[in-house]
Amino acid sequence: MSTPSKFVYVTYIRTTPAKLWQALKEPEFTRQYFFSTWQDCEWKVGAAWKIVTPDGGVADSGEVLEIEPERRLVLKWRSEHRPEAHAEGYSRMTYDIEQEGNDVKFTVTHEIDVPESKLIKGVSGGWPMILSSLKSLLETGEALDVTKD
Amino acid sequence: MDAVFKALADASRRKLLDALHINNGQTLGELCKHLTMTRQAVGKHLALLEAANLVVIVWQGREKLHYLNPTPIHEISERWIGKYERHRLQALADLKKRLEEKP
Repeated sequence: MSTPSKFVYVTYIRTTPAKLWQALKEPEFTRQYFFSTWQDCEWKVGAAWKIVTPDGGVADSGEVLEIEPERRLVLKWRSEHRPEAHAEGYSRMTYDIEQEGNDVKFTVTHEIDVPESKLIKGVSGGWPMILSSLKSLLETGEALDVTKD
Repeated sequence: MDAVFKALADASRRKLLDALHINNGQTLGELCKHLTMTRQAVGKHLALLEAANLVVIVWQGREKLHYLNPTPIHEISERWIGKYERHRLQALADLKKRLEEKP
């Protein structure tokens, strides 16, 4: 069966949608839980988006497709540092943020219309680390070592 | 975390997770093919996995698709992989506890 590649990861974080939204965008936060990278973006629909590595390189790039502050972000996302993944073209990455009692339910969906996608396989290993570290950062003030470099 | 261990402590449920690991995003009907039990029994196992946040449901039109969510398992591994940094981890745990106690 030839199906598109997709994963859906969910984590519950003891925080507020506003704090999570800030942590997802601001470089001083992403540098702690997203492998020392930051995002260059104006955060509006149609704006160019890229993940910048500590050496100034671009790991991934794309465009903002949808943005609803503290609620939802959809990005067009292409790998720029792995040729095999780059060749697959653009994927679609969605953040969904929902308040559930004292926690925030944070859902990351990453998908591409390519069977057995190299991009999805590659990022599927990184996201659980990023999510755990983001959760740790927001709940304790410290990110996990594994995502600091 | 108890819910995660309880959910994992069953061979049928681990088999369902294995099936999703191989082919993510399956319907109940597709998942039933991996187990020799009634559709209703498979549904109950899936509900337990969903309650433990190990399976995430995504509706695609009228189809209910099941996705494997490894995030809770990663959190468990973090818990013990960091064991050898006891001092630092203890400080973090205390900080987390203090922050979460505040009303």
